[in-house]
Amino acid sequence: MFDLDRWREIFQSINKNRLRSVMSGFTVAFAILLFTLLFGVASGLGNFFKSAFADDAQNMMFVRVWKTTKPYKGLQTGRAIQLKNTDYNYITEEYEDKIQYQSARVYKNFSIKYKNDASSYSVTAVHPDHQFLEKTIMDEGRYLNERDLREKSKVIVIGRLVKKDLFGEKPALGKRVNVNGSSFLIIGIFSDEGGDNEERKTYIPISTAQMMYGNNDYISQINLGYNPNLSTDAAIAFGKKVERDMRKKLNIHPDDQSALSVRNMAEANKFVSILMFALYLIIGFIGSGTLIAGIIGISNIMIFVIKERTKEFGIRKALGATPGSIIGMVVQESVLITTLAGYFGLMLGTYILSAIGNSLEEKYFIKDPTVSPGIVIGATVILILSGLIAGYVPAKRAARIKPIEALRAD
Amino acid sequence: MIRIEKLHKSYPIGKDSLHVLKGIDLHIKEGEFVSIMGSSGSGKSTLLNIVGLLDIHDEGDYYLNGQLIKDLNEKKAAILRNKFLGFVFQSFNLISYKTALENVALPLYYKGMNRKERLKVAMDYLDKVGLKDWASHLPNELSGGQKQRVAIARALVTNPKVVLADEPTGALDTTTTDSVMDLLKDINDEGMTVFVITHEEEVAEQTKRIVRLRDGIIISDTPTKAAKAL
Ligand SMILES: Nc1ncnc2c1ncn2[C@@H]1O[C@H](COP(=O)(O)OP(=O)(O)OP(=O)(O)O)[C@@H](O)[C@H]1O
Ligand SMILES: [Mg+2]
Repeated sequence: MFDLDRWREIFQSINKNRLRSVMSGFTVAFAILLFTLLFGVASGLGNFFKSAFADDAQNMMFVRVWKTTKPYKGLQTGRAIQLKNTDYNYITEEYEDKIQYQSARVYKNFSIKYKNDASSYSVTAVHPDHQFLEKTIMDEGRYLNERDLREKSKVIVIGRLVKKDLFGEKPALGKRVNVNGSSFLIIGIFSDEGGDNEERKTYIPISTAQMMYGNNDYISQINLGYNPNLSTDAAIAFGKKVERDMRKKLNIHPDDQSALSVRNMAEANKFVSILMFALYLIIGFIGSGTLIAGIIGISNIMIFVIKERTKEFGIRKALGATPGSIIGMVVQESVLITTLAGYFGLMLGTYILSAIGNSLEEKYFIKDPTVSPGIVIGATVILILSGLIAGYVPAKRAARIKPIEALRAD
Repeated sequence: MIRIEKLHKSYPIGKDSLHVLKGIDLHIKEGEFVSIMGSSGSGKSTLLNIVGLLDIHDEGDYYLNGQLIKDLNEKKAAILRNKFLGFVFQSFNLISYKTALENVALPLYYKGMNRKERLKVAMDYLDKVGLKDWASHLPNELSGGQKQRVAIARALVTNPKVVLADEPTGALDTTTTDSVMDLLKDINDEGMTVFVITHEEEVAEQTKRIVRLRDGIIISDTPTKAAKAL
């Protein structure tokens, strides 16, 4: 392989027969280009699906309640269900090992006032874990902590846009705002990938809220992050179990979707992963078809090329070339052409994909399409192998022709 | 150098077979200059190809340089050709995309000689056939006679035991024919065994021994006037 003379022979043969070399290279370059683009587009679609759920934690689940629609154990339909702290604690104790994060939510909208500026914002009362469930990103200061909860502190974390509305470019951290008549200390400013709406929110400790709202222990919703070690199927089963258990605990008909339901990201995840699997299966099928077509293409050209060179091989044999050296020469030439051409196709494809970038996200749901290094390495190996096959089969045949017959060819 | 005994060769043609060589006995010693004559289809090329290990005989024995040629595989044949034999063909058979010098150097590549050395040796042989100045030309930039001299240089470059030439002058006019024959005579004078096929009496007369074939049988085997003159 590292015989310099052999390489010189091959470069000379490629260089002196440029049209032929370019022709055989073109098939491969084209096949690899298509292959790269296909996989890039598939990965772009995958990225889009993933980012569509990027707002919240992937392992999020939440327990929602409303009104009963089915009578149960003598209870009427239309009964409003209210979650309370006991329900929250029940979940903590019952499913400890299956839960990574847990937070309650109480939703309200209040006017928030700073100096003379005031506006209405959503004020959500939560537990500290809520930060991870909502993927809240702290730009300044800190999020709510256990101590705030214990001491029922009047502290507030505000979204980037709330800060912008009320403070403009001036610092907000450590300032006090008036929330529905009470003074709150701003301890943190956050951003969120979920978009503008998410950044117009504010968060306060749930204990503070419950005290403020009439000293009750009401909860609007319970959010959970299931243990990420759970398989998707186990997580789905876990969600179903929470749903069953909670309905039982709150005397709700086992099938009353409206009264209490658990929304589980695992189900969406499962759907996305099935979708992606199907997509990759189809693309893999088409992609390998393209590659095979490329290999057959170059094989055909090599057969033609070798026919054209039969006489040359005859001359070489008469001068002392062994069949092995003829096969070696042809195979090496074919591998070189396929590898170079394939690499060219790969680079072109990668370049096109990077040029596309996120420009197709809006219309075609393709986000940041790239080919993974694994695919690139795989494709390179396939290229070299295809060069070997494409060269070996016809070279073997050419080497078998008796020198006297090869010499007679023209 | 070459010893052939009761050699037979047939070519299969469909279901039948064409019996081309029908028991050839021939002995060529080292340093001989032999020509084969005979009408078209008499089996001259067939014989030369067998002697050149480009084709295989069916029956009889063939010894090259004392070695019995039997059940040779392609690889062994290639090595023997490279070591013992040099070929000159009617149609020159130069590789079109290689220069005169590279064509001459090619057998040395298969011998495993390094590039620098083989180009030097090849240049010596090009010089010997008077084409040193044409070293960097491609075959299609050379005349027929020049091409054949390049081919002769290529046949000689490995310093073989025997040079085999199948109608080397067949595609040349009389003047170039003479220059090619002079070259072959020179080589022979230096002690090389030369074996040529020809149609032309004048060419055959310049060798030292004429073997005449008819229908696959040797009908005469005589020294030439040139040989008697020595
Ligand atoms: N590969 C082959 N297959 C079938 N028949 C062949 C083959 N090679 C030669 N022949 C036949 O064998 C006979 C002898 O051929 P050969 O080439 O030895 O003749 P030749 O004496 O060299 O003739 P020429 O003077 O025309 O070159 C011819 O009839 C030819 O048609
Ligand atoms: Mg002939």
